[in-house]
Amino acid sequence: MALEFKPAVVDECRKIISRYPQPRSAVLPLLYVAQREFGYVPKEAEALVADLLELPPADVAGVVSFYTMFHRQPVGKYVVQVCRTLSCAIMGGDNLADHLQKKLGIGPGETTPDGKFTLKWVECLASCGTAPVVQINDDYHENLTIQELDRLLDSLR
Amino acid sequence: MNDIVFKGIDTPNLRQLAVYEANGGYAAVRKALKDIKPDELIEMVKQSGLRGRGGAGFPTGMKWSFVPKVSAEPKYVVVNADESEPGTFKDRELMEKNPHQLLEGIILAAWAIGSHKSFIYIRGEFAHIAKILEAAALEAEARGYLGKNIFGSGFDLDLVIHRGAGAYICGEETALLDSLEGFRGQPRLKPPFPAVKGLYGGPTIVNNVETLSFVPFIVNEGPAAFRKFGTEKSPGTKIFSVSGPVKKPGNYELPLGTPLRKLLEEICGGMLGGHELLAVIPGGSSVPVWNKDYLDVPLDFESVAAKGSLLGSGGVIVMSSKTSMVAATLNLTRFYRHESCGKCTPCREGTYWMEKVLGRIHRGLGMPGDLELLLDLCSTLEGRSFCALGDAAAMPVRSSILMFRDEYEARIREAAGGKTPETAGSR
Repeated sequence: MALEFKPAVVDECRKIISRYPQPRSAVLPLLYVAQREFGYVPKEAEALVADLLELPPADVAGVVSFYTMFHRQPVGKYVVQVCRTLSCAIMGGDNLADHLQKKLGIGPGETTPDGKFTLKWVECLASCGTAPVVQINDDYHENLTIQELDRLLDSLR
Repeated sequence: MNDIVFKGIDTPNLRQLAVYEANGGYAAVRKALKDIKPDELIEMVKQSGLRGRGGAGFPTGMKWSFVPKVSAEPKYVVVNADESEPGTFKDRELMEKNPHQLLEGIILAAWAIGSHKSFIYIRGEFAHIAKILEAAALEAEARGYLGKNIFGSGFDLDLVIHRGAGAYICGEETALLDSLEGFRGQPRLKPPFPAVKGLYGGPTIVNNVETLSFVPFIVNEGPAAFRKFGTEKSPGTKIFSVSGPVKKPGNYELPLGTPLRKLLEEICGGMLGGHELLAVIPGGSSVPVWNKDYLDVPLDFESVAAKGSLLGSGGVIVMSSKTSMVAATLNLTRFYRHESCGKCTPCREGTYWMEKVLGRIHRGLGMPGDLELLLDLCSTLEGRSFCALGDAAAMPVRSSILMFRDEYEARIREAAGGKTPETAGSR
């Protein structure tokens, strides 16, 4: 069955589009809606967004591929994002990254076989004064030690 | 400390409109819409000497004055809330704790230039902060402080909070505008500057969160009150974000011109135990690094520039003797390689090659001549791209070789003295 937005979601999208002087501006917000609905942004979702904005699907694909926050493949229930930039690296972020690879048995960009965790390396999240930081889905976890990170991961179901 | 934009920042529930208003909030907008003509407001901001707090330090009032009075295209106020400069985390705290102060600044800016539509472009990762701003905007609109006929003045302003989606380059104002228009975020050639031809081709001012957060104070207290802080050419206060192994990292609002030593030793309590100061990047990762001989430099735009670096965003990154400068520079170079948007060849290719060469030095595979090669690559990057990212990528490399050349040379000598120097160039 072809991928579709539910009617309520289409209404939500049209409302978002109406906030902008030009529809095309709504491409990022609509892609966020697609990612929320489908868990990631499959090719067919790019086409849905393109349809709503009356854009060629290739234009939307070009936007999706430019930004780091859209998942083009399915991801785990929890996307674990480790900041690798300088302030975090100095304060132990690299150790967290090494630890996560060992603990989860996966590398960056990979998902655990049970579909629970996806690991990602990301750049500066503006938590430099509370480094190191790991972002799990939308939530920031700051001043993390390896022990705290372990407790946190174990608490996620 | 914390004299203007951070004043009362930890007041409980300051995010709520009623609490903000009880602490003097929205008085500036009430006053301006009733008694201050747009031209007079621009003049006030000019008089205050307020300079952009996002990194470039351009005079805010002058930027506003470049917007044509009459325009066939609608005018826009766009807030740059894409805080992504490594070492910088000040706008985040301003928005998390005092969103209405920013909204007030936006309304004042819109009044000054005659704009009825405004956008806050906030980095995608700040999902929780976007929600705080949404809630504040809804509350303001419900009270008639935003939207139609603000405070019964007949002035309308619609505000949209727009999330980016992960791209450092979108903090560059023209890339931000492209992103906001729904394109890949790549910088535009300037001129024309956004004040003349910006969002959708209309006159647009793009201001940083901290910059706009200062405007209510300037309106309430007057330009002279602002000038009581800081220096003649760098008036006012500025938030410094301090990170690295100091006892009390964090955001501190200080008068411009405060010496670096005072910030690090008194306010941040000095270095953590077991750490000895090695280096400081004074203004976010995109500025030249200093060694520990620069502690007495006053932190204002002129003094920092006179000593070979830049005040930038005020992101002060502290490094200790436990940090390898080669590794630190490689870390930042990887960042810029990853974040180069790919539009301009010198930046796209130059960041790639700098990472390669630094990487081999770091891994003990450096070759004689590699430092000259890196400096040559810096020259290829500097001033040769549409935006400042190329320059930003070159600055940490050039300056760290200048300041810490011994460490680089030792690392390369070790490699040449190793058992397999012939393989050094193969990776």
